[in-house]
Amino acid sequence: MNVTLKLFATFRTGRFTVETREYVQGKTVRDVIEELSLPEDDIGATLINGIHVEEECELKDADTLSIFPLVGGG
Amino acid sequence: MEKLRDFLRTQADGDLIAWQQQVSAAGSFGMTLSEVEGVILEMGLLPARYQRNRKTISTGQQLRIFRSHVAVIGCGGLGGYIIEELTRLGVGRITAVDPDVFEEHNLNRQLLSSTENLGQSKVEAAYLRAAKLNPAVILYPMKIAFGRLNGLELLQGVDIIVDALDSIPVRLELSEVSTALNVPMVHGAIGGWYGQVATQLPGEETMRKIYNRSIDGKGIEKGLGNPSFTPAVIASLQVAEVCKLILGMGTPLNNRTLHINLLDMEFDEIKY
Repeated sequence: MNVTLKLFATFRTGRFTVETREYVQGKTVRDVIEELSLPEDDIGATLINGIHVEEECELKDADTLSIFPLVGGG
Repeated sequence: MEKLRDFLRTQADGDLIAWQQQVSAAGSFGMTLSEVEGVILEMGLLPARYQRNRKTISTGQQLRIFRSHVAVIGCGGLGGYIIEELTRLGVGRITAVDPDVFEEHNLNRQLLSSTENLGQSKVEAAYLRAAKLNPAVILYPMKIAFGRLNGLELLQGVDIIVDALDSIPVRLELSEVSTALNVPMVHGAIGGWYGQVATQLPGEETMRKIYNRSIDGKGIEKGLGNPSFTPAVIASLQVAEVCKLILGMGTPLNNRTLHINLLDMEFDEIKY
């Protein structure tokens, strides 16, 4: 299955902005976070097709997964 | 009071009252500048300082802004710009909360800081700034760390809460207090080239949704710091939200978060 990955803000640095990757069934949001070496503590929002999802959520063919970092300064 | 009204009518240029006349009225009638501003607006006259607002904000709306009470929690990067804009907008009462004093590393971005007030409390600087810009605005300086325990007392009676904090756990406490007080909260957060804004109306749980993964209480700002322009952008978006909430105009940024990326100049909305 093909999944489009969209990264935001600092997560783009050294990675990419948008990329489509081929995965086998059963791939979860957490698997992608680990595959991309995104620091767990910095994860803000994870969305599939614009809807908030938990990291355990499994991806489906043609999904778009967006990952935003946490921002907390003032 | 009728004598004051007569005085103001005779001094009005069209429907505008010059600042000098407002000061003169306060002195002659033993009233505060804030009290005189209230009378001017209630008469349907407009303090001349707001004349460039009037095609966007009517005199009646200016009165609603004057009668509102907004709390700004945090007087650093975001808070300094927020207080500046609320004061110029003519918000009648502003409660400013921050326990800290200015340090040299604040100078790159915190509007209220200067080489002359290093070591001064941030809320005192806010008070002095408001008094200089718009003395008709009453600013209550609260040199105290906001928390769940003092929050209800500190923010009792305010109409809108503005989040200008730099700590995620304290933001979540602020959200609890805003819910308990049934008051809208306008959230802003920054880090490097990035920021986010959201409005949480009473009963909504946007803050908990934004920060449900937070572990150590900091985001990307811990590795990025904050340049001068990011707080100015996010703070201005927050004040626009405050103005809309006071006036019941437009579409509030509720049940969604606006993510701002100034490096790639992208604005993305996340819906809940």
